Amino acid sequence: MPGQDPAERRVVVTGPPRRTRRTRRASGYYRPRTEIDEQTTLGHTYVRSLMRTQLRAALAVFAFLGLLIGPLPLVFAAMPAARHLEWVILGFCLYAPMVLLALWYVRRAERNERDFVRLVEDR
Amino acid sequence: MNSSYAVPAVALVVVATVLVGAFGLRISRTTSDFYVASRTVGPRLNAAAISGEYLSAASFLGIAGLVLVQGPDMLWYPVGYTAGYLVLLLFVAAPLRRSGAYTLPDFAEARLASHAVRRLAGAFVVGVGWLYLLPQLQGAGLTLTVLTGAPSSLGGLIVAVVVVATVAAGGMRSITFVQAFQYWLKLTALLVPALFLVLAWQGDGAPRHAFAEPATFREQRVVRIDDSLDLKLDRPLTVTVTGTVDGRTHDGRRIRLPTGTHHIEQGARLTFAKGSTVPAADRGTNGGMSTSLAASREERPLYATYGLILATFLGTMGLPHVVVRFYTSPHGVAARRTTVAVLGLIGAFYLLPPLYGALGRLYTPELTLTGNADAAVLLLPDRMIGGVGGDLLGALVAGGAFAAFLSTASGLTMAVAGVLTQDVLPTRGVRHFRLGTVLSMAVPLAASVIVGGLPVADAVGLAFAVSASSFCPLLVLGIWWRRLTPPGAAAGMLIGGGSAFVSVAATMAGFPGTGPLHALLAWPALWSVPLGFLTMVLVSLATPGRVPGGTEAILARFHLPEELSTPLRAL
Repeated sequence: MPGQDPAERRVVVTGPPRRTRRTRRASGYYRPRTEIDEQTTLGHTYVRSLMRTQLRAALAVFAFLGLLIGPLPLVFAAMPAARHLEWVILGFCLYAPMVLLALWYVRRAERNERDFVRLVEDR
Repeated sequence: MNSSYAVPAVALVVVATVLVGAFGLRISRTTSDFYVASRTVGPRLNAAAISGEYLSAASFLGIAGLVLVQGPDMLWYPVGYTAGYLVLLLFVAAPLRRSGAYTLPDFAEARLASHAVRRLAGAFVVGVGWLYLLPQLQGAGLTLTVLTGAPSSLGGLIVAVVVVATVAAGGMRSITFVQAFQYWLKLTALLVPALFLVLAWQGDGAPRHAFAEPATFREQRVVRIDDSLDLKLDRPLTVTVTGTVDGRTHDGRRIRLPTGTHHIEQGARLTFAKGSTVPAADRGTNGGMSTSLAASREERPLYATYGLILATFLGTMGLPHVVVRFYTSPHGVAARRTTVAVLGLIGAFYLLPPLYGALGRLYTPELTLTGNADAAVLLLPDRMIGGVGGDLLGALVAGGAFAAFLSTASGLTMAVAGVLTQDVLPTRGVRHFRLGTVLSMAVPLAASVIVGGLPVADAVGLAFAVSASSFCPLLVLGIWWRRLTPPGAAAGMLIGGGSAFVSVAATMAGFPGTGPLHALLAWPALWSVPLGFLTMVLVSLATPGRVPGGTEAILARFHLPEELSTPLRAL
C-alpha cells in the first residue's frame, strides 16, 4: 500500500506464502487482475484499453492491405496495354505480401496480449 | 476425353474419403467430438482442414474457366478469397474463438442475449449455406458429364450421398481428417499436372500470346457447337461452317460473318483458321459455371471490380462453414496461428489456377464457345500432353475436382446441419444431428435438379455479397462495439443482407436488363455493405436502452487472453 515504509511491511506479512515475485507488494493491494475478475469500473477500463490496442493493430494492417490492393484496379484500368502486368501481379504477386501482413499482425497481437497480462498480473 | 482412368480416379477419391471418415469415426465418441472435435484440433491439422474445406469447385475449376473466358480481371476472385481470410484474422478470429459459441446464431445469442436475433442469424446461415451448396452439386454433375457423359444430376447425387454418409456418421472429428486429407489431394492434383503442362508448354516453344486480348486460335481447330448459341462479334469473322448459321444451312463453305450477333444452331461445326480471334458467346447462352454477369462487367468494369473486392474481402468471415471451423481450435491464440497457416496454404494453392487459365487460353480457347469453360482444367492434360500420360494426369485432376466438391459440400453440410439441429429440430442429440444432415443436403439437391443451370460464379458471388452485408457487420460490430443492441443487429442484417439478396436475385431473374441500374444490382456489395453497417449503427444508437446487461463482461471474455479470462467463464 502506498505510503508504508519497508520496515512496517516486513511485520505485516503473515498468512499463507505467496509467489516470490509478488512479495514486494503489501497484502490488501488490489491487483488489476482482481479488478477485471470482479468487473469493477476500473476492470472495464483495463479491458477497454486492451481492445483499443488490438483494434489499432488490426486497423493498421487493414489500412496497409487497403493501400496495397485498393489502387490496383485503377492502375489496371489506366494502363489497358499492360495486360501481362495484370496477369503477373494478380496471379502471383499478392499472396506472399498477404501472408507477411498476417504474420506481422499475429506477432503484434500476441505481444499486446503478453504486455497486457504482464500489466494486470503485475509482474 | 478418355474416361477409363478418370472414373477409377474419382471412385478412388470417394472411397478414400469414406475410409478416412471411418477412421475418424472410430475415435469420435462424444457429442463434443461430434460437433467441435472436442476443441482439440491443433493449428496444423486444422489449417489443412480449413483450407481443404474452403477450396471449392469455384476455386478448383471455376477460376481457370473464368480467366479463360473473361481474362485476367477474374483473378480478383482468388485474391479476394485469400484476402478475406486476412480480414477475418484481423477482426474476428481470436475473439470469435474466445466467445465460446459454436455457430453464428450461437455468437449472436451470446453477444446480444436475444432469441430473435439468434433465429434471424440462423435463417441467414441456412440460406447462405444452401446457396453455396448448390454450385458444388452442379459442379460435380458437370465434371462427371465431361468425364463420362453421364447425366448431369448423377455427379451431384454421388457427392450428396457420400457427404451425408461421412458427416452423419462421424461428425466434426471425422470431417477434420477428411478435409485435411483433401487439401493435400487437391494441391497435388493441380500441382503435378501443372509441372508437366509447363514442360509441355516449353517443349512447344513457350508461346506467349496467352496475354493477348482477345484470345486467338494457335492452329486450325474444328469446334462443334453442342447447344445452339448466339455469337457476338466485335469484328468480322471468316469461318468455315458445316451446319446452320442465322437460319441458313452451309455445307463446308467458307463464309464471312459481319459484325453483330449471329445465331448458331445446335450441331453446327465451325472450322477456325490459325490466328483468327476467338469470338465470345453472348451472355446467358453458354450456360455453365463460368458464365458470369459478363455484360454488366463490360459496362462498368471498375465498379464491378471494386464490388467483387469488397464482397470477397468482407464476405469470407460470414461463410457458415468457415466460422464453424474456428470453434475447433483449442484457444484464441491457436485460432490466430491457424488462420495464418490457412493463408499460406490457400495462397500456395491459388498460384496454380491462373496457370491453368493462361494455358487454357493458349490450348483450349474454343471452350469459350461451347460453354464448358470450367472443363479447361480437366481437358488441358489430354490436349497438351495426350497419350497415356495425359490420361493419367487428367484422371488425377478429375480426382482432385471431386475432392473439391466433397470437402466444401461436407463443410457446408456440417454447418447447416449444426444450425438446423440446434434451432429447428427439438433436441440436440446426435440422432437429430444426423436428421439435420440429411435435411441440409436434401434441399439444395432438390433445388439443383429443379433450378438447373445457375452459374457457379454467380451463386458463389451471391453468397459472398449476402454474407458481407449481413454477417460482417454483425461480427465486426459485435466484437468491437459495446453499444450494439439486438434491434440494431436485426435491422442491419435484414436490410443489408436482405437488399443484397433481393438485388442479386433480381439480376439473375433478368429484371433490370442493362444500364447503370443493372450494374448496381448485379454487384451490390459496394452499397449493401455500408448500408448494413450504417443501419446497425444507427438503429443501435436509437435504442440505447436495449444494450444487453452483460455486454462489458462478454466483451472482456472475447478479448482477454485465456489465462486471464478463466474466472469470467464461470459467470
